[in-house]
Amino acid sequence: MTYIAKPKFHHPGLPKNELGYTHRDYEGKISTLCAGCGHDSITASIIEACYELSIEPHRVAKISGIGCSSKTPDYFLGNSHGFNSVHGRMPSVLTGANLANRDLIYLGVSGDGDSASIGFGQFAHSIRRGVNMTYIVENNGVYGLTKGQFSATADFGSKSKKGVTNTDNAIDLVAIALQLGATFVARSFSGDKTQLVPLIAAAIRHKGASFIDVISPCIAFNNHAGSTKSFDYVREHNDAVNRLDVLVGREPIAVDYAPGTVQVVEQHDGTKLALRKLDADYDPHDRLGAQNFLQKHAAKGQIVTGLLYVDPEAEDLHAHLDTVETPLNTLDEKALCPGSAALDKINASLR
Amino acid sequence: MPDQSPISSVNDFVVRFANVNGSGSASANELFARSILRHGVPVSPRNIFPSNIQGLPTWYEVRVTEDGHLGARGGVDMMVAMNPQTWDKDVASIEPGGYLFYDSTKPMPTSKFRADITVIGVPLTAITNSTYTDPRQRQLFKNIIYLGALSALFDMDYKLIEQLIGEQYKGKEKLLSSNVHALHLGRDWALQNLKCPIGLRVKKADKVGERIFIEGNSAAALGAVYGGATVCAWYPITPSSSVAEAFTSHCKRLRHDPETGKAKYAIVQGEDELASIGIVIGASWNGARAFTATSGPGISLMTEFIGLSYFAEIPAVIMNIQRAGPSTGMPTRTQQCDIIACAYASHGDTKHVLLFPEDPAEAFEFAAHSFDLAERLQTTIFLMLDLDIGMNHRLCRPLKWDDARQYDRGKVMTAEMLEEGRDFGRYLDVDGDGIPYRTYPGTHPTKGSYFTRGTSRDRYARYSEEGAVYADNMQRLVRKFETAQDLVPRPLQANAGKPTKYGVIYFGSTSPAMDEAIGLLEARGHHLDRLRIRAFPFHSSVASFIADHDFVYVVEQNRDAQLRSLIVNENGIDPVRLVPILHYDGTPITARFIANAIGDHQDHLKVTPLRKAVS
Repeated sequence: MTYIAKPKFHHPGLPKNELGYTHRDYEGKISTLCAGCGHDSITASIIEACYELSIEPHRVAKISGIGCSSKTPDYFLGNSHGFNSVHGRMPSVLTGANLANRDLIYLGVSGDGDSASIGFGQFAHSIRRGVNMTYIVENNGVYGLTKGQFSATADFGSKSKKGVTNTDNAIDLVAIALQLGATFVARSFSGDKTQLVPLIAAAIRHKGASFIDVISPCIAFNNHAGSTKSFDYVREHNDAVNRLDVLVGREPIAVDYAPGTVQVVEQHDGTKLALRKLDADYDPHDRLGAQNFLQKHAAKGQIVTGLLYVDPEAEDLHAHLDTVETPLNTLDEKALCPGSAALDKINASLR
Repeated sequence: MPDQSPISSVNDFVVRFANVNGSGSASANELFARSILRHGVPVSPRNIFPSNIQGLPTWYEVRVTEDGHLGARGGVDMMVAMNPQTWDKDVASIEPGGYLFYDSTKPMPTSKFRADITVIGVPLTAITNSTYTDPRQRQLFKNIIYLGALSALFDMDYKLIEQLIGEQYKGKEKLLSSNVHALHLGRDWALQNLKCPIGLRVKKADKVGERIFIEGNSAAALGAVYGGATVCAWYPITPSSSVAEAFTSHCKRLRHDPETGKAKYAIVQGEDELASIGIVIGASWNGARAFTATSGPGISLMTEFIGLSYFAEIPAVIMNIQRAGPSTGMPTRTQQCDIIACAYASHGDTKHVLLFPEDPAEAFEFAAHSFDLAERLQTTIFLMLDLDIGMNHRLCRPLKWDDARQYDRGKVMTAEMLEEGRDFGRYLDVDGDGIPYRTYPGTHPTKGSYFTRGTSRDRYARYSEEGAVYADNMQRLVRKFETAQDLVPRPLQANAGKPTKYGVIYFGSTSPAMDEAIGLLEARGHHLDRLRIRAFPFHSSVASFIADHDFVYVVEQNRDAQLRSLIVNENGIDPVRLVPILHYDGTPITARFIANAIGDHQDHLKVTPLRKAVS
């Protein structure tokens, strides 16, 4: 519960983006999460990405399930509609919202309990359908709000704060998303904002199912020795395959990269993704290769991060359903009701 | 000759076809029903089918009824026994003096027949085998051949059947002529070898009029098209799947942009019922008209979301095509057994609006209306059909639409209204009707956004766990439900010809059987005023109807008298005054059942006091 109202005034010299909005216009209420929570860093990255993309804040719909992560949409984009729905059911609510109005930007925020346990099915099916969305899982491997039970992304053999060893195998949501045909798949770390912000920006600009798994340590229940989702562990085992710069509009690509180290990917809307390769062998257009790479590195205890897969020619659910360009929620009687003459014909065919 | 004189009846009898599921009999049987309609004689057909694709027994019953009694009658006057598996039971179910039609290719021992019925054998297999070589053709045309034979036995005008076949296979000449040929094979064999016609006959009449013949599920789906539904999410479940399938085919014909060819609708087959209702709620939250269709088990799965719809006040339309429960129950049998489950669906204090259409025409009207109600009331509206209405063709009045009708999109605050400085509180009751304003996402850059949640919040949608704030909101929801009372379809009352102390309440698919039962009861000297409930919350006329009578029978198709419980609970009625009349074996309720149950109870009330009898 937010007891403290956030002051609205800000420094007059605060920089503005192309639309004239300041950073503050993308903020929300004061977070009620624990001080130092990884989720708050992700919130800050979402704010930064939206500011940099010059998105109109009210044209974003923020949808979440239940849990610590699902509370965060209240803490960013205060002028957007938000929907803190039902545990594990964000994907279906988002799918319905997207069908109703294809013109908004859909940001789905979920957690590992929300998406890998109770909502595993909905996660999978929304990805399969290619809903145009940015699906972020704030992954801490633990149930925070109910005080520290393992979640389905907790690694086999990792230890809880109370010293219990996890004997269940972990679900890797990135691997599943790749297998199910997500057209933009990334993993990042809440502690690495420079990696995360461009990934979120690129995902928002991607037309199709974008999935980002963000390892986000739980400061209260999963930041101890023996945890594989602690700040220390993730920093030590982070294997970033690339670094991303997102270039919007017609601005030329910066030329200060060494030749051969940058791969430029152009998305549907003209957004250019400049990928600086950190691992020379990694190809983010190779879905099968990505799956293979991930599994090999996971076996070695490494956490692969970066833009892992992107299909710039992706199609979304609306394309599959061949719906009209006009948002369905704006169609009126004239557009929708066939009228009495058509009904008379139907009656005649039923005699 | 049978030892009981054969039943003789024109335009008033029941034929039952006993078939094997998957044998292609359904279309021939439906053709039979339609061809009687073309004689100007009403029919009421019913599918009695198993939860199976191929091999198990299935029946199709056609009640020929010049008087227009569209409820199930009970009893069989002619059995078309095409299924050896069910032979004994089928033969046993024929009324004394009735008829048995069977395939006489293989001789049957006389012990397999009954002495009190007329047995009509046609060597169907022999005829088909001598005409066709392809096994599938043999199977399919056998059905048309028995139809031809029946047309001779019932003295039907075969040209009307030919005409129907012509309409069905328009443009497919080969199929058309081969079907007509098969029809005549059967008809000619019967005319040459049997005494035609028999005691059961179809005679041309003029009793169908402009009525149409349609399944309730298809009509409800059409109502969704006319009512402006743009998003449909569903998960296959008998007996509701044909709602979504019909919506799909109606939309393909009626909802594509003429210029671009693109769809003005989105249909998603969800991964389960949870996803289906989630999609509906997401779409409705975002200002589209959305619905799902399901049956009992689906309702159980959806209840968490239904509570969210109630508490966060998000429109949703759920079409519940009821089947016999609990659990998987009898998936292909009818009941009205989800009244309580829907009225109070979800944890915590909830109440939901239910609509009870009696036939496809009302299913169409109520379906279209349910979208207005959902958006006006910002809550879930249940359209309560059942298998009997949903999956059977029913003769009903033509569907009507007033072109001047506008959708009621409810209280939606627009960017202009926000710009004017209107106070926007998502859960603020500004008009005293309990209904707040809502905004669609993306309306205004700085005004009108709010955070939707299933947790408690104040009038301005700010999270709150204050007791007084919570109670204030719950009270407003009660006010809103009171407002609903005057928006939903009102009960319809029909009084007996003479003053009576007794009344009867009924709803939904019980309607035609009830109407017919009234006549049977009057013949026994029992007069009852009738009230057909068409919606929950109950209009005040329900309580006054009960107050006006000593006893009121409540007729329903479930074991636990669910509607009666709802009436008692919501209106504080003394339960003794409501006498339950319950039918719940999965078959559609019949006039005979109602008349017997009520008649017996009434006779009991009229027992002469002992003293009088003695003196």
